[in-house]
Amino acid sequence: MADVFVIATGVANLASVMAAWRRLGLVAETTTDAATVHNAPRVMLPGVGSFGAAMQALEKHGMAEALRYRWQHKKPLMAICVGLQVLAEKSEESDGARGVGIIPHNIVAIPAAPRLPQFGWNDVEGEGNFPYASGFAYFANSYCLPKIPAGWQGAWVDYGSRFVAAMSCHNWLACQFHPELSGPYGARIMTQWVQSC
Amino acid sequence: MLTRRIIPCLDVDAGRVVKGVRFENIRDAGDPVALAQHYAITGADELVMLDITATIEKRETMRETVRHLREVLDIPLTVGGGVREMGDAENLLMAGADKVSVNSAAVTNPAMITAMAQHFGRQCTVLAIDAKKNSPTTWEVMVQGGRKGTGMDVVTWARDAVARGAGEILLTSLDRDGTQQGYDLELLRAVSAAVHVPVIASGGAAHVMHMVDAFGAGADAVLAASIFHDGHTTPQRVKAELSEQGIRVRL
Repeated sequence: MADVFVIATGVANLASVMAAWRRLGLVAETTTDAATVHNAPRVMLPGVGSFGAAMQALEKHGMAEALRYRWQHKKPLMAICVGLQVLAEKSEESDGARGVGIIPHNIVAIPAAPRLPQFGWNDVEGEGNFPYASGFAYFANSYCLPKIPAGWQGAWVDYGSRFVAAMSCHNWLACQFHPELSGPYGARIMTQWVQSC
Repeated sequence: MLTRRIIPCLDVDAGRVVKGVRFENIRDAGDPVALAQHYAITGADELVMLDITATIEKRETMRETVRHLREVLDIPLTVGGGVREMGDAENLLMAGADKVSVNSAAVTNPAMITAMAQHFGRQCTVLAIDAKKNSPTTWEVMVQGGRKGTGMDVVTWARDAVARGAGEILLTSLDRDGTQQGYDLELLRAVSAAVHVPVIASGGAAHVMHMVDAFGAGADAVLAASIFHDGHTTPQRVKAELSEQGIRVRL
């Protein structure tokens, strides 16, 4: 069985993510099957396209339910970029679209951003007991989660205003940045998550 | 705080890097994969690969190159050149590009920018503009590798393309490209003031002070080819010098 199952419901370009797992010597497989996502040892939710489009694709395959199941049963998950954002209730990006609803917050356009999207390498700074490393990570986002949800530990990034760069809760890790494009730092974060679960 | 990006550019023809590569410390400097890996290890923040292959039959070679690059590359990759329709963009993204740049095709068919942004996302959609100076404060959009004028004003086109969904602008000064006289700062100022998306400066870089000037004129990132291909310096060394000049970079 694969080490990691990567949810592939979107119009995703998953090549970067799959190559990153291969470079770490892990076996990753893509899946569009909700039952697999229920049972897999590790699942990655990559972020592609808009909040609304991502949710539509997830709902179509029964993935929102499968993700809530994993959350309730504390089964490991790693979310990237829009993958982090869809865990929220809703987003300013897509009016009327409902998120997976695991965290009771809304996604907003990055307040006071110099330019949008934010493209490039920015500091990820862990707060308190955030268990993952700090460092430079690659971001490509226009929307963000402005606060760390209760019960999660988080890291911040500053781009005009401060928002969540990454957050973790038991064996879940959600990154606003792209670890698969973040050089040795990203590889370190991915390895750390795999080792934690 | 966001850091400024240093982006080496590879011009690739039928799977081989073509423009002025004079490396001695790489076994095969014409191999885009070897060169890309070298740049990633030595501090490049991102890579741009432009396909200058003239014939359509050789396009499959380019997709194969992108696939090989993706396997080794742990930084973002933008691929452009010869993207004529949505299918071309999709093929490059599926092969492993993180962003696709369009140039001539977007001028002929601006709706393609909107289609790309809607289908793949703004963050995948880069507009490349080749600019030629008409007067001290106006520039014309050139297409077909800079050979053909369009009569379109660069600043107006940049604004229009961003409204249609372009998420980043790769801005090349044809007047400066290959001259080593530095980036066209007036052009950079005009375009970066007109749009709210990041602007990548391209054309004319010969040393670090040119990059400092480009950032001062509003560039979010700088593209450079020959300065790195010569093998005399690395992105890492350039970034150390930029840092000494007060520019925030990832070191």
